[in-house]
Amino acid sequence: MIRRFLTVLALPVTLFLFWYVASRTSESFYAPPLRTILVAFGDTWTWPRLRADVLPSLGRLAAGYLLAALLGVGLGIAVGASRRLRAAAEPVLEFFRAVPPPVLVPVIMVFAGIGNAMKVIVIVSGCVWPILLNTVEGVRAVDAALSDTSRAYGITGFARLRYLLLPGAAPQIITGLRQALSLAIILMVISEMVAASNGLGFTIVQFQRSFAIPQMWSGIIVLGLLGFVLSELFRLGERFALGWYHGRREAQRRS
Amino acid sequence: MLEVSGLRKVYRSQRREVEAIRDLTFTVDDGELVCVVGPSGCGKTTLLRCVAGLLGPTGGAVRLAGNAVTGPPPGMAVVFQEYGRSLFPWLSVHDNVDLPLRQKRVPRPRRAALVSEALTAVGLDGTQQSNPWQLSGGMQQRVAIARAVAYEPSVLLMDEPFAAVDAQTRAELEDLVRALWQRLGVTILFVTHDIDEAVYLGQRVLVLSASPTVVQDELLVDLPAARDQLHTRADARFTALRARVYEQIQAAKGAQPNTAISS
Amino acid sequence: MLRLSGLAGLLGLAELLPRLGLVDDDYLPPASRIVAALAAEARTAAFWTAVGDTLTAWAIGLVIACTLGVAAGVLIGAVPVLRTWTASTIEFLRPIPSVALIPLAVLLYGTGLGSTLLLVVYAAFWQVLVQVLHGVADVDPVAEETARSFRFSAWARVRHVLWPTALPYVFTGLRLAAAVALVLAVTAELVIGAPGLGSVIAVAQSSGAIATMDALIVVTGLLGVAINLGARLAERRLLSWHQSVRGEVAG
Ligand SMILES: Nc1ncnc2c1ncn2[C@@H]1O[C@H](COP(=O)(O)OP(=O)(O)O)[C@@H](O)[C@H]1O
Ligand SMILES: [Mg+2]
Repeated sequence: MIRRFLTVLALPVTLFLFWYVASRTSESFYAPPLRTILVAFGDTWTWPRLRADVLPSLGRLAAGYLLAALLGVGLGIAVGASRRLRAAAEPVLEFFRAVPPPVLVPVIMVFAGIGNAMKVIVIVSGCVWPILLNTVEGVRAVDAALSDTSRAYGITGFARLRYLLLPGAAPQIITGLRQALSLAIILMVISEMVAASNGLGFTIVQFQRSFAIPQMWSGIIVLGLLGFVLSELFRLGERFALGWYHGRREAQRRS
Repeated sequence: MLEVSGLRKVYRSQRREVEAIRDLTFTVDDGELVCVVGPSGCGKTTLLRCVAGLLGPTGGAVRLAGNAVTGPPPGMAVVFQEYGRSLFPWLSVHDNVDLPLRQKRVPRPRRAALVSEALTAVGLDGTQQSNPWQLSGGMQQRVAIARAVAYEPSVLLMDEPFAAVDAQTRAELEDLVRALWQRLGVTILFVTHDIDEAVYLGQRVLVLSASPTVVQDELLVDLPAARDQLHTRADARFTALRARVYEQIQAAKGAQPNTAISS
Repeated sequence: MLRLSGLAGLLGLAELLPRLGLVDDDYLPPASRIVAALAAEARTAAFWTAVGDTLTAWAIGLVIACTLGVAAGVLIGAVPVLRTWTASTIEFLRPIPSVALIPLAVLLYGTGLGSTLLLVVYAAFWQVLVQVLHGVADVDPVAEETARSFRFSAWARVRHVLWPTALPYVFTGLRLAAAVALVLAVTAELVIGAPGLGSVIAVAQSSGAIATMDALIVVTGLLGVAINLGARLAERRLLSWHQSVRGEVAG
């Protein structure tokens, strides 16, 4: 237990200390001492600021991501379940997936302005493709033997969706959701950097433009922490949802 | 009664056509246990999928109790060859057996009774909450059988269910199938490539030729209804029947040298 | 046929919706106008310079990221001690969104190529590293033990056991990295104003040339499709070669 703790913490702590010590007497304008950054961190990210800038960001992120998940999985199942629809839709989907999502910001600004709606739409329209394509792939890869079994035992309609398609495609769907999560954070930050009056991306660019360097660094750290926390949460959720999948893989590896 | 008449199945893909079944005609009476035996690749799975309504035939028809089979008919249960893959890995053993019953809208108390009865019958008490992949191959096959039994089918189709389990387990499962059949009075169509198994289990054996497939021979297994692994297999009558099936399969290969080479 | 019908349907829709007045054609110009704008752009030198800038940043960034990612991955993967001690750090650094570095890039490099490269390399590096580590973890313990029992040197084990196992994962990493690198290259240009397609899009938007902007966005999409197809093709070519060679040796 203690050993495990050590291996987990040793390198991060060493790096942190190294940064702290090496930057102690730093005169560089761009890389102030870590001490200064930490002090700025405490001063900057107070409760009012969290409420004014971090909460709105998180709200947009959650709204956009959840909408994209619903849309992506829903459409993905519909497309994946029909061979003809899939053949017709695939080239179009491949194209939309290949468009670098941040270029959607200016397009969407044209008709959705620069409010919350724009940010949510940007996140949805960027995140929906990986979810959609992975869901299509997952539905297509549902085991033929299971599909036959379901038909033979009259598992059709909603039950087919609930017990066959969704869980069968779940590993792929989750891969798509994971890709979409990092995209969602990127799009949230960018849409706020380009056009906003509050939010994490806006604040951090504000610091940079006013040359508040320690504050800017502290903002980068906040973004890093946000990314880390969200990916850990996602991992927990995944372990819960795909317990059977990892268990079976382990079982197959052992045999 | 299950009637298969003039059944033909050709698989078509862009590049080529495979005539899996040329012409099959036979019937299975209610409550009968009929074994279908034939070499690998002769179209046994294809036949079963047509009977189960999972595959549309190219020609001919399948009728169950006088009605043409066009989709999976109610009251029919299937145990697939790929037993491991035919169990839902994300459901527990209990839920795997329970799910088809829920689709049949069986009331909850009756479902609970059916599930635990079926699992007890196949000797799987105490694994209800496990996931299928935590069980051995033989146990997984028992779950698939339990699922079929709990469904209370009038017709049970089994596709080489024991092809991938060890000899010991296989013997046990064969006896289990006969015991369940005698107790439930269900019609069973049992497909296998194993001649011994076909003769040991069946009341009647249908011998299929190699591809292009027709019924090569049909014989009555006039062994006593009470069978056991030790005495039945040592019985002179058993040996004679087995030899006859073997000859027929050899003859099927020899009789059609041209097609055998070309396939 | 079906595959083309989907694309044709999309184009038809993009033409008809604005023409019928179902959407405002100030927001979404009809497809024909976008195509016309694209043709007009393609005749300007500035357009091709922008495409060249974007692809240059993409290629340089990708090469740096892949070299670093593969080297670090194999090193960490080959030395079990390193693997255990770096795992938590990698798990912590990987999810840090690359765009968090935008302000830093601006301060360090302004609107130059360096800004784009910083973001591209950072984002693509993790894709490669994570895949290589997956690949290394996938090494069959039996193969590893066989190599040990024949007293293979450490280098020979990397060369003959670890690398061949990891190779398919390396390619997956390269494919993912190639896609991500394009996203980040365009992003840096769009947000920071580094030269390239992204900054041309920003200019078109702020000057209200919506059809031109849409045309440029279509171009980024086409670049993305080309990169994905190219990467997949390369993967299939190179990996099938690799497997067939292994098959020959084994047979
Ligand atoms: N989906 C399919 N498409 C094309 N050919 C098939 C398909 N399924 C089976 N076949 C072919 O049909 C023949 C019979 O297959 P099958 O019914 O699985 O035989 P068996 O179960 O007796 O081993 C084989 O030659 C096989 O290759
Ligand atoms: Mg078969």
